[in-house]
Parts: sequence; structure tokens; C-alpha cells
Amino acid sequence: MSNSILSLVVFLPLIGAFLVTLIPRQSIELIRRVSFAATLVTFLFSFYLYFNFDSSAQAYQFIVQKNWIPSLGITYYLGLDGISLFLVLLTTFLGPLTILSTWSAVTEKVKGLMISMLILETALLGVFVALDLFSFYVFWEGMLIPMYFIIGIWGGPRRIYATIKFVLFTLTGSLLMLVAIIALYFINHAYTGTYTFSIPELSKLILPVKTQFWLFWAFALAFAIKVPLFPLHTWLPDAHVEAPTAGSVILAGVLLKMGTYGFLRFCLPMFPNAFLDAVPLISILSIIGITYGGMVSMMQKDIKSLVAYSSVAHLGFVMLGMFALNAQGIQGSILQMVNHGISTGALFLIVGMLYERRHTRLIEEFSGVAHVLPIYATFFMIIALSSIGLPGTNGFVGEFLIILGTLKSNVTYAVLAATGVIIAAVYMLWMYQRVFFGKVTNSANQVLKDLNLRERFILVPLVLAIFWIGFYPKPYLSKMETSVTVLLQTVESKLAAQKEGKILVAEPIQDKIPFYQAE
Amino acid sequence: MNWILPVINWNGLAPEIIIVGAGLLVMLLDPFLKGDRKKILSHLSWLGVLAAMLACFWLWDGNINNWNGMALSDNLSLVLKLIFLTGTLLTIFISTLKTQAEIHGEYFGLLLFATFGMMLMGSSTDLLVIFLGIEVMSVSLYILAGFDRHDPKSGEASMKYFLMGAFSTGFLLYGIALIYGATGQTNLNALFTYFYAAQNDLLFLAGLGLLLVGLGFKVASVPFHMWVPDVYEGAPTPITAFMAAGPKAAAFAALLRVFVITFQPLTNLWIIVLWIIAVLTMTVGNLLAISQMNIKRMLAYSSIAHAGYVLVAIVAGGDMGLKSAVFYLLAYSLMNIGAFAVIIALSERGEKHLDLPDYRGLGLKYPLLGVLMTIFMVSLSGIPPTAGFVGKFYIFSAAVKNGFIGLAVIGVLNSLISVYFYLRVVVFMFMQESESRVTGAPVGWPVLAALLITALGTLWLGLFPDWFLNLAQANFLAVK
Repeated sequence: MSNSILSLVVFLPLIGAFLVTLIPRQSIELIRRVSFAATLVTFLFSFYLYFNFDSSAQAYQFIVQKNWIPSLGITYYLGLDGISLFLVLLTTFLGPLTILSTWSAVTEKVKGLMISMLILETALLGVFVALDLFSFYVFWEGMLIPMYFIIGIWGGPRRIYATIKFVLFTLTGSLLMLVAIIALYFINHAYTGTYTFSIPELSKLILPVKTQFWLFWAFALAFAIKVPLFPLHTWLPDAHVEAPTAGSVILAGVLLKMGTYGFLRFCLPMFPNAFLDAVPLISILSIIGITYGGMVSMMQKDIKSLVAYSSVAHLGFVMLGMFALNAQGIQGSILQMVNHGISTGALFLIVGMLYERRHTRLIEEFSGVAHVLPIYATFFMIIALSSIGLPGTNGFVGEFLIILGTLKSNVTYAVLAATGVIIAAVYMLWMYQRVFFGKVTNSANQVLKDLNLRERFILVPLVLAIFWIGFYPKPYLSKMETSVTVLLQTVESKLAAQKEGKILVAEPIQDKIPFYQAE
Repeated sequence: MNWILPVINWNGLAPEIIIVGAGLLVMLLDPFLKGDRKKILSHLSWLGVLAAMLACFWLWDGNINNWNGMALSDNLSLVLKLIFLTGTLLTIFISTLKTQAEIHGEYFGLLLFATFGMMLMGSSTDLLVIFLGIEVMSVSLYILAGFDRHDPKSGEASMKYFLMGAFSTGFLLYGIALIYGATGQTNLNALFTYFYAAQNDLLFLAGLGLLLVGLGFKVASVPFHMWVPDVYEGAPTPITAFMAAGPKAAAFAALLRVFVITFQPLTNLWIIVLWIIAVLTMTVGNLLAISQMNIKRMLAYSSIAHAGYVLVAIVAGGDMGLKSAVFYLLAYSLMNIGAFAVIIALSERGEKHLDLPDYRGLGLKYPLLGVLMTIFMVSLSGIPPTAGFVGKFYIFSAAVKNGFIGLAVIGVLNSLISVYFYLRVVVFMFMQESESRVTGAPVGWPVLAALLITALGTLWLGLFPDWFLNLAQANFLAVK
């Protein structure tokens, strides 16, 4: 079981997608049930990963490795560590909830949506567990086409503009990353004489600083667009607002994490010197993202675009924590990735529920909703508070760790970032006040129905997760601790080796090595 | 001078003989068949192509030298021939011109003769044989481009193609003559050993340049690409698909033989020129494709761009460059013919199918055709898991390996541009509502077969390209 469990988890949604293709497109109910079952089974299987995860192990676990394209040294190579474990769980956790949320929101072309969602889930899971750069890239790009369809077909009025922008932005980064991947492949061959795309192998290289610089930025551009780091964020509000609810949840909840995960998995261990050099620039951009994202959120008229811009701010925290380069910062960063997935995913879901009832998301259309929809308002309150990072909710633990980590490395950054938390409270609570409190002025709001059983079923697990991480984050932190320590140790030893001049300068095996520069 | 009668190894020519035989048979039978029975001709043709493919497998690892070293049936040429034959096979399947013109025997005959010319080019190790191959192929194509007699555009295409083609052949022949004048040789093997003396010979250099111009016309590289859009737009759709696949691949085969293999020691002389041509070809092709609203014109410009990618592989050179070029030719043949097959299938359904706005909502109306078109467009734009991605990955790997990072970066940025106009087709097909109320006849089985072969091939090569890469492992650089 443990040999193939990862493959199973990754490809179960794809199998589900295949089953859905066999169902005639009129049987909407059956299509929905099969898709839901596929994602639910995936989620249950991912529990196996959680419970059998050895939190003291330093190496990757549940490894699957098979030859794929031997003539180029490409393998099908999956594995899990404390960093990817929670992103996998987050993906499988959000999967069934998003499918459930489409039950009443999408009534046309259901088959296509379900197939796209399921393929998307496989691609996302693959990104987080791939240990071969080629496989990673295939999954990374494989995500693009289903998301393109989800936004473009089931999205809002400006969906075509949004989806093309999304694809072009993403591809700009990832194509340059492709060149860097190829270059890394040949550099590794020049040093070690083997052709491999294996991430653990490639992470062992100690590269000359100049080489690191080029490769780091080629990778970083791809990831920074995905995160999105200010000023590369402009695709995000368009894509998030135009996407259907299910798409927004996956976009915000999981897709953005591909970028932060990439920084952590590739940029940090492979190019530590370049990473270190980039700390001031990226930290400042993150802080700008935090404050700018927050201030723009404040001014939004549409609740969904408010949530979208708040993502820019939240992801700024994630990046800042990571670039603090200490255990607290990185742990907080990973935890905050999960938290943002839960909280913002939940926000998009709950905003979607309001939209289904009123077909508008403009704040000015609402007031006093709490009188009409008390249960809805309670759920919204909890989720909004967790997004702000109130103690007792998951957001607090993550942001606290991040600010703690940043404080250790740079006090100014930490102080500036902390003001971002205040801004978050302002835009969230101000929106909440305008929508939910006061008198019901718009008669259309008077007749709204409160949450039905299915909708409560979607929100309850999210709220449970919010409180669980908020009150008892230990199981999460302890599971990622070893991996983070190993990561930091690798970085330190590589930096030390670099300082002593122990760069792996083997005899160049071929005469033309990309970016090669003897030092 | 002693004249020796060339030694002919008939076994080595088996695929060519089968193709010519099938072509002649089709021509001969044509007058004796009436009406519906003309379909026999199409079946005969594709059976002939299949037989020739089998013959290619039979000759595997044979390395047969023919006509005193003027043609070589090594594995490289066999792989190339298989690619040409695949293109022809698929073209025969999608050749349903019922809405446009009657199909006569000479259509299939000419198709097979053109294939014969391509096969000659694939195996030639002599400049004169390359020239003969090009002529046989081109003359057949001039007629095929104008086959839709009642459509003035088709006639225009034929005439333009003929004039430009004849002109470029002139360049080619002049180049061959100059090289012969400088070295006294037209044989590539002999030229390979001769090159040191020729390095600084102006006559030789001029010949080389003219050779490049002549072949540049045939592969539609910028700045010799002007004929492409009009010819591709005007020619009957199956012929457009054919021209973008086989003949272009054949011209590349010649280019590979001449530049990557024979003049490889002279790399310094031609590399800069080809580098510039490759960049121009990719960029101009992609930029001009953006504004095209006619899908055949769009694919015409895109075929220019794809020629640019193959040129990147040629610039990269070496074993990997050669293999990646061959791989890309196969991948491109599959995905491009696939895209044209979808266009033809839609026209069989009675839909308007030439301008992009005609495609509104057709993906929702015909989900299978829509999904297939998506696969081909995704593959053309080089997104995994498709053959187009592996092909580009392989080409850019070759470029990076041999130190052409800049070229690889320009290449990937170009493929970014291309994503915009390829995915626009998908936008029209899936993201807008259909206005068309047509309910046409279902698609015939040959077109369906072509669609399935190309789609499965595109995905198969994208997911499991190893068998082909291993096939290509067999000594490609044997010509020494």
C-alpha cells in the first residue's frame, strides 16, 4: 500500500474524471455524485498519508520512482515531506467541498466543469508531490488548461479577458522556468556526469553564485507570478472575480500555494546564495503587497474582489515569513499557506452562497443581512475573523509565527508587516458591518433563505479546521518541523561550503556549459 | 572520364517503388471506374502507403547505399520516410472534397508522386538527388494546390506557388552549380571530406548561400515565406494540411542532411545566418498569426513559426539537435494534420469553417470535435502533456546543451505569443454561444480515423515519447 499510495491519491481524481466522461451529459445528478465520490475517496486516502507520516524522518516518504523517459533520465518520481504533506491535505480537503458548492451554482455544462475540476485536482496534487523536475513541470502546466476552461466557460461577464490574462501571465513565468530547468539539467550533467531531473539530486549541487543568480530569478519569476507577489499580481483580481465560486476556491486555496511552495522547494535549497541576496527585495515587495493589498481591499465595492485583493495581502505574509529564513518564519509560512487556503477558500464559498441568493455581490446592495440570515452571518463572522487572524483561529497562529520569525531577522519588516494585520481588520470588519448590521433597507434582502443542509455541510468542516489549527496547532507544526530543520540545515551547510570556496567545480564534461563561470 | 553504370539495390528502393507503383496503378484504374466506385482509388492509395511503411520497417538497420552513393537508406532516412508516409496516409484519410470538387484518380496519383519526391529527398546523399526529389514533389504540389478548379482562390494559390517555387528551385540549382564549380562534387559524402579546402572559396560560399535560400523557400523560413499564407489559404484544405506536414518535413530533411550533417564542420560559416533566420522565422510567424481571422491563414503563419522552432534545432546541431528536429517534424505532422482534420470534419457537418467567428460555440455543439481541437491547439502551443510540448522541450534542450541559451529564451517567449492565438480558437469554440443551426451528416470514418490517429498520437508522444527517442537513438550521424 505504501508503495503506491501517493500515485493513488494523485490519480484518483483523474480516474474520477474518466468515469465522468462515460456518463451521458444529461444525467447531471449522477455526474455530480460520481465527482463528489471521487474527491471524497481521494480525501479519505490522503488520511492514510497523514496518519502514517513519520514526523521524525528526514528523507522523503511514500516514495514512488519509476522510469518514464529513460533516454533523457526522466523518471516518474513522487514523494512527500513535512512541507508538502499539508498542501496535499489542503488540496484533497477542499476538493469535495468545491464540488459540493457547485450543486446549485452550476446547472449548465455540468459534465465539463466536473471533468475540469477533477483533472485540475490531479495536476495540483502532482505539483506538490513531484520529485522529478520534468514531472513537476508537466503537472505545473497541466493545471493550466482545466483552469483556463473553468474561468473561461463558467465564469462571469469578463471571463474571457480574465482567463486569457491568467494563462498568459502564468505561462510567461513558467516558460522561462522551463529554460532554467533545462539549464540546471545540463549543469548537473557537467558536474556529476549523470543526466537526471531528480529534485533531491539537483538540490545537492553547490553552484557558483552567478549561475545561482540567473537560475534563481528564472524560477522565482514563475513562482512570484503565481503567488502573486506585488507588482505581478494584476492577473489575480480578474481571475478570482470572474471565476465561478468553485474555481475561485481552488485558485485562492491551492493554486497560489504552488508559487510559495516552489520558492520553498526549489529556490531555497537549490540556490541559497541567490535566495539570500533576494531577501531585501522580496521582503519589501511582500510588505508592499501586504499594505497595498489591504488598502485596495478596503475600497472594493464587490465582496468577491475584496476577498481577492485580501489574498495579495495574505500571500505577502507567507512570503515574508519564508524570507525570514528561520524555523519560526518558515513554519509560520507553511501553516499560513494552509490557513489562507482554508479561510479564503471558505470566504469565497460563503460569498458564493450569497451571490446565488441575490445575484449580486455589491456591498451597497446589502445591509442588515444578519437579521434575515442569522446562521449565515455567524459562519461569515467566524471565517472573517480567521482571515483577520484573531487569536483562537488558525490565522492567528500563522501570522504570529511569521511575525515572530521576521522579528528575529529584521525588526523593521516585522513592524511594517504587523500594521498589515490592522488593515486586514479594517477592511474585513468594515465590510462585515455594512453588509450584516443595520436595518434591512433593501426589500430584496428580506426574503432570503438561510443556509440549507448542504451549505452547512460545506462550511462546518472549514470552521472546525479553523478552530482546530487555532487552538491546537501542535500536530501540524510537529509534522513539518523535521523537514523545515533539514531544509535550513541544508541551506546553512551549502552557504558555509560556498564561503569556504568548496564549490563543486568538476572538470567540465562538455565544453559549453550554460551560465558556467569558473570562479 | 570513365562512366560507371550506377549499382542499383532494388531492395533499398522498395518503399519508393511501392509508392510509385501505387500511384501509377491509381492513375491507370481511374478511367475504368465510375461514380461511387472511385472510392476504390482512395483505398488503394492508403493501402499502398501502408505497404511502403511496412517496407521501411523491413529495411530497418539496413544502411543500404544506392546509385553509387547518391542515396542512402539509413535509419535517419527511414524515420523521415515514415514521417512523410504518415502525413500522406492521414491526408488520404481526410481527403473528402465533396463540397468542393470531385476527387479524381490523379488527385491520389499526384499525392503519391509528391510523397515519392519527399522520400527521395529524405534519403538523398547527393545534391542532385535532392534537387530531383524537390522537383518531383513540387510539380505534383503545384497541381494539387490548384485542384479545386472552380475556386479562383485555388487557382491563385497554384499559380503563386508555381512561380515562387520555380524561382526558388532556380536558386537551389544555381547554388548546386556553384558548389560543383568550386569543388567538382555534388555528393555530400565527398563534400564532407572536401570542406577544408573550400572554407574561404567565394564561389563555394555563394553556392552555400544560394542553397540555403532555395531550401529556405521550401521550409517557409522568413524572409522566404511570402508565398505561404496565400497558398495555404487557397489550396484545398486536405492539401494545405499535407503541404504543412510532408513537403515541409522533406525540405527540412534536406536541410538536415546538407547543413547539420555534411557541412557540420563548417558550422562557423552558416550558424549566424541560420540563427538570425530562426529567430526571424519564429517571431514573424507568431506575430503575424495573431491578427489572422481566417483559420487556414492562421495555421499558415503558425506553420512558419513552427519551421522556426525546427531551425532552432538545426542551429543547435549535434546529435540532440538532429533528433529533436526529427521528433518535432513527426509531432508537428500529427498535430497539424489533426487540426486540419477537425476543420474538414466541421465542413462535412455543413458548418461554415473558415473564419474564426464561425467557430463560435461549435465546441459545445460537437463536444468530441471540440475536445480534439483543444488537444491539437494545446499541443501546437507546446503545453504538456502533448507531443508539441515534448518536441519543444527536446529542441530547447538541444539549444541549451550547445550553449544557445538566448535562442532558447527567444523560442519560449515565442511559444508564449503563440498560446494567445491557438487558445483563441478554443475561446471561440467553447466560451461563446453558437449561432449556427446546421445539422449536417455525421463525419465519415476515414476522417474519424485520421482524427483518432492524430489525437492519440499527439497524446501518446506527449506522455510516452521514449520509444521514439530510442528509435532515434540508432546511429543518426552515420553519414561520414
